[in-house]
Amino acid sequence: MAYTEDDLKKELETKEYEYGFYTDLKSETFPIGLNEDIVRAISKKKEEPEWMTNWRLEAFRIWQTMTEPEWANVHYTKPDFQAISYYSAPQTVDPNKTLDDVDPDLLAMYKKLGISVDEQKKMNNVAMDIVVDSVSVATTFKKTLGEKGIIFMSISDAIKEHPELVRKYLGTVVPQKDNFYAALNSAVFSDGSFCYIPKGVKCPMELSTYFRINQANTGQFERTLLVADEGSYVSYLEGCTAPSRDENQLHAAVVELIALDDAEIKYSTVQNWFPGNKEGKGGVYNFVTKRGICEKNAKISWTQVETGSAVTWKYPSCILKGDNSIGEFYSIAVTNNFQQADTGTKMIHLGKNTKSTIISKGISAGKSQNSYRGLVQINSRADNARNFSQCDSLLMGNDCGAHTFPYIEVKNKTAQVEHEATTSKIGEDQIFYCNQRGISTEKAIALIVNGFSKEVLNNLPMEFAVEAQKLLEISLEGSVG
Amino acid sequence: MLKIKNLQANIEDKEILKGINLEINPGEVHAIMGPNGSGKSTLSSVIAGKEEYTMTGGEILFEGEDLSELDPEERAHKGIFLSFQYPVEIPGVSVTNFMKASLNAHRKAQGLEDMPAKDMLKMIRDKSELLEIDRKFLSRSLNQGFSGGEKKRNEIFQMAMLNPKLAILDETDSGLDIDALKVVANGVNKLRSEDNAVLLITHYQRLLDYIVPDFVHVMVDGKIVKSGNKELAYELEERGYDWVKQEKSV
Ligand SMILES: Nc1ncnc2c1ncn2[C@@H]1O[C@H](COP(=O)(O)OP(=O)(O)O)[C@@H](O)[C@H]1O
Ligand SMILES: [Mg+2]
Repeated sequence: MAYTEDDLKKELETKEYEYGFYTDLKSETFPIGLNEDIVRAISKKKEEPEWMTNWRLEAFRIWQTMTEPEWANVHYTKPDFQAISYYSAPQTVDPNKTLDDVDPDLLAMYKKLGISVDEQKKMNNVAMDIVVDSVSVATTFKKTLGEKGIIFMSISDAIKEHPELVRKYLGTVVPQKDNFYAALNSAVFSDGSFCYIPKGVKCPMELSTYFRINQANTGQFERTLLVADEGSYVSYLEGCTAPSRDENQLHAAVVELIALDDAEIKYSTVQNWFPGNKEGKGGVYNFVTKRGICEKNAKISWTQVETGSAVTWKYPSCILKGDNSIGEFYSIAVTNNFQQADTGTKMIHLGKNTKSTIISKGISAGKSQNSYRGLVQINSRADNARNFSQCDSLLMGNDCGAHTFPYIEVKNKTAQVEHEATTSKIGEDQIFYCNQRGISTEKAIALIVNGFSKEVLNNLPMEFAVEAQKLLEISLEGSVG
Repeated sequence: MLKIKNLQANIEDKEILKGINLEINPGEVHAIMGPNGSGKSTLSSVIAGKEEYTMTGGEILFEGEDLSELDPEERAHKGIFLSFQYPVEIPGVSVTNFMKASLNAHRKAQGLEDMPAKDMLKMIRDKSELLEIDRKFLSRSLNQGFSGGEKKRNEIFQMAMLNPKLAILDETDSGLDIDALKVVANGVNKLRSEDNAVLLITHYQRLLDYIVPDFVHVMVDGKIVKSGNKELAYELEERGYDWVKQEKSV
């Protein structure tokens, strides 16, 4: 059935507040392996200016001197960095492939997620029968943003079109040498998003990017840089999905947020990379560095719903540099089967009267391991800093694990730091109670998990919250009797 | 409606129900009384289909259909409702939200669409008024921090929302003061009809002043040892369970 422009318009009308683009992270062309020539070639292929090439090379040289971190509570076979292909070129669609060629389990999941058939095709490199000039519709959004001076484009384009902005901010929050994966990302990042909100502008719609991993044996290294100038506001959504693959795939993204004086950034992520199968085979290694810096009176709020990946290593953090700045971290991390997650946050209080809130909800099922790791650091200059942390774990069954590693470093006597932690288990009695009210066991679990995660779900933009709830349900399917 | 024949059930290899016979017809109210630990809650759990209990003998028929093959939620869809002696807490799930999930699950089983939000709200309003429940109460997490009385009242509110064919009320009167007891009894009485039935499980004759039973059964050590009309409840109140036990051994 042909998809008409009217259909598209209708679809877009209902989600007018949202504007986004897809970054299909596909890989072919380049041979596997990594050396200076590859780094240079990536930069050349992307037609980057010399400063960018040098920045990448610098990162590569640093990376070579570093070793992979081992402190996280996860166990996995380390990726062979010379067995990965590092360049992504847009892949052509196979005209003979139809949805019938796609794994039915995967299609079933898409259906539950409410992903349209056309979307499904797109995600599986299936040719689409859309005959439409979507540019015209997208342009209206671009125009709205343009009128306000908002820049929102892929980082590759931004390097070419707004080099002064990129150069000024890239690597200022997550330097190349920050950690092993950040260094690797800095050297080889394929693409990502760039966003700049000018002074005093409230971005009128949610901005969104979807990242997808399509090809086997590729590394994915996207780079996001988001700058909110003085007094501005933006809410940004990041969605991730990955079709299922047998091999473990490496994913090492870097996200940098800069909130200048009085600015506010709300960054929400729903991460659903392939978690591996029930036997623990395959799945994505997700090693992500996300960090934001707050200047005076600024606020950064991270919200994440992590249901995917075989191994997750991720600590969205805030550097509360300016006085009166605020950092928030709301997280739901679900692990099932053989998944391992080591996630949490760092709140670095540098300015006076800085405030941070951490709400972490870990849900473990199957044979999975779920760790919260958080650092609250109050520096000597940070008078009257305050932190509240709450880490709740919910266990399903007897074979999974939940771990909490809170680190608190206080160097100022006026600080107030509170930490609360709870562990609970979904009880047979709760399930029976729901069953007796006509609610099936799967739905009962979803209900209980949603209730447990409510404080975090409430913090997501409406559309995303609905999707996140569905994801929670799907990822815990079959986890109880 | 409900026919229980020679029902025997175990938990963890311990025999609890030792041959129960009970027949309940539409329009009837039955009361089961008996000392602590005699197996009253076990009986209600077995009827509702709790997995931990194993039926080792006998049968339970509901409207002629053998229940033993049905999951607890299927039994609920058929119109069996259990007001729990100890209702569980579900943090973060409001009473309203829970009721919505429950009601729509029942509708789905009947092949109906979800109830429109407007109708749902109206129904919630009507039933909460019937049970004199404050609206604020409905947005609280299910049973979390509820007093004993609030929990029981909430159970009956759910019953009113679901309008079951057979309502089993397990010690719904315990934890209620006299005013609350009247409200709850009034709620139950309003829902009674020719087509539905109530099984009251209680310790005390007190509740039976407000919800008048057609039959009273006495359960001791996993068996119904005596059945009669409502006068039996008064007799029990006066003479205690030892009297029945003695009579039984004669
Ligand atoms: N989960 C259980 N495990 C072991 N024994 C149980 C369990 N539940 C109930 N029982 C036992 O079954 C018997 C009947 O209990 P119950 O049905 O709750 O009685 P009643 O409701 O009449 O007070 C008691 O001896 C009790 O200890
Ligand atoms: Mg009992």
